[in-house]
Parts: sequence; structure tokens; C-alpha cells
Amino acid sequence: MAEATAAAPEVRPLVPHLTLGETRDKDYLNGSVCKNCGTRYVGPRLFCGKCSSDGPFEKVQLASTGELYVFTIIHQATPYVQAPYIAAIIDLDGGGSVNTNIVGIEPKPENLKFGMKVKMFTEKVSEDREGNSYVAYRFTPA
Amino acid sequence: MREVAIVGVSMIKFGRYADRDFSQLAAQAGLEALKDAGMNMKSVEALYSGNLYATSGSGQRILQQMGQTGIPVVNVANACATGSTAFREAYFAIASGAYDVAMAVGSEQMGKQGLLGSRGDPATSLEGRVGSYMMPAVFGMAGMEHARAHGTQMEHFAMASVKNHFHSTGNPLAQYQKESPLDEVMNARMIAYPNTLLMCCPTGDGAAAAILCSMDKARQFTTQPIKIAASVLTSDPWSVRDETLADINTLTRNAAKIAYEQAGIGPEDLDQVELHDCFATAELLHYENLGLCDEGMAGKHIASGATWIGNKIPTKYEEDIAPFVDKTYKPKTKTVVNASGGLLSKGHPLGATGVANIAEIVFHLRGQAGARQVEGSKIGMAHVIGLCSACTLNIIQK
Repeated sequence: MAEATAAAPEVRPLVPHLTLGETRDKDYLNGSVCKNCGTRYVGPRLFCGKCSSDGPFEKVQLASTGELYVFTIIHQATPYVQAPYIAAIIDLDGGGSVNTNIVGIEPKPENLKFGMKVKMFTEKVSEDREGNSYVAYRFTPA
Repeated sequence: MREVAIVGVSMIKFGRYADRDFSQLAAQAGLEALKDAGMNMKSVEALYSGNLYATSGSGQRILQQMGQTGIPVVNVANACATGSTAFREAYFAIASGAYDVAMAVGSEQMGKQGLLGSRGDPATSLEGRVGSYMMPAVFGMAGMEHARAHGTQMEHFAMASVKNHFHSTGNPLAQYQKESPLDEVMNARMIAYPNTLLMCCPTGDGAAAAILCSMDKARQFTTQPIKIAASVLTSDPWSVRDETLADINTLTRNAAKIAYEQAGIGPEDLDQVELHDCFATAELLHYENLGLCDEGMAGKHIASGATWIGNKIPTKYEEDIAPFVDKTYKPKTKTVVNASGGLLSKGHPLGATGVANIAEIVFHLRGQAGARQVEGSKIGMAHVIGLCSACTLNIIQK
């Protein structure tokens, strides 16, 4: 019997709506546009909840810049997550909204302004037992 | 469709019942409701059981405690709107003519598993939206959406806790019956801005039950049948930020429009509302969603005293709240909100909540609410939101 060969470790996006490029500065958020009604979704999509159709969907690259819609500052987190941190909704330039964290500023309400400009960055956040690494996105003030 | 009446209700004190299981809590509530209605299990033709965390067959397990008469059982799960959805199913079963008498029972045993710990999923913890989908974050952001649109301050939201904790001191069935002045609410440990610990509902165990009956048969059981004037359920229509923030507003507004039409009343006719104050931020949003005040006026509305029992700020809190009072503001309704102490005090055993809200309104309509009685209450509404997303509204009247 042939021995199973271990696959070479991969770099993987942590969520399906993040597409990885050759380098981290080429990473982008992907989306889907319903060709029936024009609604723009974050990530892959098979059906449209707005117009009740199966699209079809066109894959698009979403902007890496946007504006802060609303935020909260989480002080009570699940045990393995360090608090406080900023949880926010970002309206991406050109359409689409994402839940994310804003980092690079103190997590205090006075540091956050509705509508403030933010930009995305990606980084490796974890590794599994097979050595595959995982890349996630966050935002910082632009 | 036939008119439907409520002829019996009960709610057990919400809290911690480590030595009992949900079916025993529910059976206690069910038997008390039967006693309240002056009937026994032999009169009940169908059972609608709301429970979220129990494995399948919650209603059958309750009947094993309460009386196995072989009646049809429907088990309902609809997030926080579980109990009120079970109630609505019972309502339709009677309104349609299928049965004359049905029981809706809501129950939950959550233990000390809080909302924070209940659905933790390590697989999503690092994905760049850490904590965004936990309830404290959702309702923190929903409040911030109101702040963004209307300039609402944290103190305005905190006043909902001051009011509801004040109301709870008259409710022996509430899990907590402890007052909290504004500075205590503001300075409590922050959970998810702008909600502090005292602006989050406690979790716990509880049960509530209601006996529904066709109006034409109701007088066999009671001299005070309570009429169900509207029973409405909505889900959230598509909205542009669907994928990021559960919209608790639109589906409540849609439900309110239908409920007021069904009942043939407006918000100004409501003597009281039990609304879904799972977090203090939510209470203010629903003032506007239910039409108790105009758009953007929720902060002024609570500071005016309109939603407090007696329609005024208690003397001891006047000084704290004075900086937020707009003397030119004229409240368009005098509907008392959450006379029970709300979920913020009463607790929120998920499946029990929607039936307990209805029981609370019935207590007031009958004049049985004791120290928290809304004087002369003739018509009330029970509102529940479950994510994501269901909204139930029931308007009930003498």
C-alpha cells in the first residue's frame, strides 16, 4: 500500500468572501451581483433573497475602502478573545456592507465617528495542525 | 374567523430552578392556568408548546407531567418569539373553528448559560467579525444606529433600565426586583457599548401558559373573557444591510400596521405595552416602531415620563432625568411600557417570554396586577422580537 503523502501546507482565507492574492496587499473581498435585480451581496451567492430568483450572479471584486456605518465596543467577550475591541459595520465604497473589527485605535466611543473613512488590511491569524495558515481581514482608519 | 378569548393565564416566577426540568416548570404554569380558567385537562383539545433549547417533543414531555389525554401537540421554535408564536398558533386553531379550547405554554430552562456563552462558535472567532453576531453586539449596534440618525445619548437608553427596574419592584414574579438609579446603570460594567450590564436582560428559567377559547364558549368558564383583538407575525423583509445587522425595526413596523388595522385602534388607544426590551437600547427603538412616539423622539419620550406607570417620572428620579427633559415635548401617547419590569428585570427564558408578556397584560386588564397595576387598563399589546428575525404582536382587550 502506498503511504499517504501529506499535502503541502496552504494559505487559506478564513471566510469565503475573502479572495487571496499572491501577496497580502493583493487580497480583496469578493461579492456577487444578481443579474436579475442588481442587488450586490458580499461573498458567493446562489439565490437572491430580494428578487426571489437564481440570478445568475456575476462575481465582483468589492472595494477595500469604505465608511463606518455603526459600531459597538465589546467588553464582555468569549473567553478566548481579548476585550475590549471594536465591532463595526462598514459600508464599502461602491456597495456591500461587512461586519468587521476596527483596529489601530483605542476602543473608545470618542475615537469613532459615524461615516469615518476606513480601509481594509489582511493578515495571517492562525494555523491548523496540518500547517495550513489562515488569513483574515480587518479595517483601520484610512 | 371566530372571535377568540383568553380565559386563563399563569406565569411562574422567573429565576433559577436547578432542581427541576423545563417540563415541570411548564406543567406548573399549565396547571395554574387551568385553575385560573376553572377547567381541567379534559377540556383542552390541543396543546401548543414553545421551547427553544429542549430536544424535540417538548409539549409531549409537558403532557407527561400535566395530563396525558392524547390531544394533538404542536412544538414551536421561533427564536425569542417562540412562546408568542405558539400562542398565535393556538389562536388560529380556535379562530378557524378546528377547536374550542387550546393551551399555549412557553417554557425554557437556560440555567446560567448566558447569551454570551450560549452559542459561541470558535470557528468564526477570528474571521474579522469577532463578536458581531452575539446578541449584545447586535443590540449595541442597533442602538448606535438610532444614535447616528437622531443623536440619542447613552443616558436616554439607560433610562429604560431605570424605569423597568423601578417597575419591577411591584412584580413578585420578576427574576430581579431591584431599583437602579441612572448613575448606577451608566456606571455598571460595560458589556457592549452603549449597553452596560444593567441594560442587558438576565437569562434564567421560567414558564407561562394561556388557555384560549372561542368567545362564544368563553362565558362558560369566566365572567371576564379577554378578547384577542389582533395576533400578528412577521419576518424581516430584505434590507440593504441584511447580511451585517439584523433589522429589528422594519418587521416590527410592518406588524404594528397590521395589528392596529386588525384591532381597529391606534397606538393612542393602548393603555399599556409589554415590549421586547432584551437590551435597553431596544426599548427606545420600539417606541417609534410601535408608533408610541414620532420618529426620532424616543429619547424625549422616555424622559417625559409618558411610558412610566402613572405617566410621570417618580419624584426620586426627577433630578437625575431633568437634564434630558424637553419641556416643549408633548407625548402623543400615554401608553405605559413594561409595567412588569420588562425582560430587563423579569428575565428572559426564551420560550416562556412570549406567553408571559400576554399573561402580564391579562393581569392588568383584570385589575390583578397589584402594586404595578396600570390603573383602568382596558387594552394592551404584547410585542416580541426573535432574531433573525420574527416579530409577534398581540393586542388584547377587555
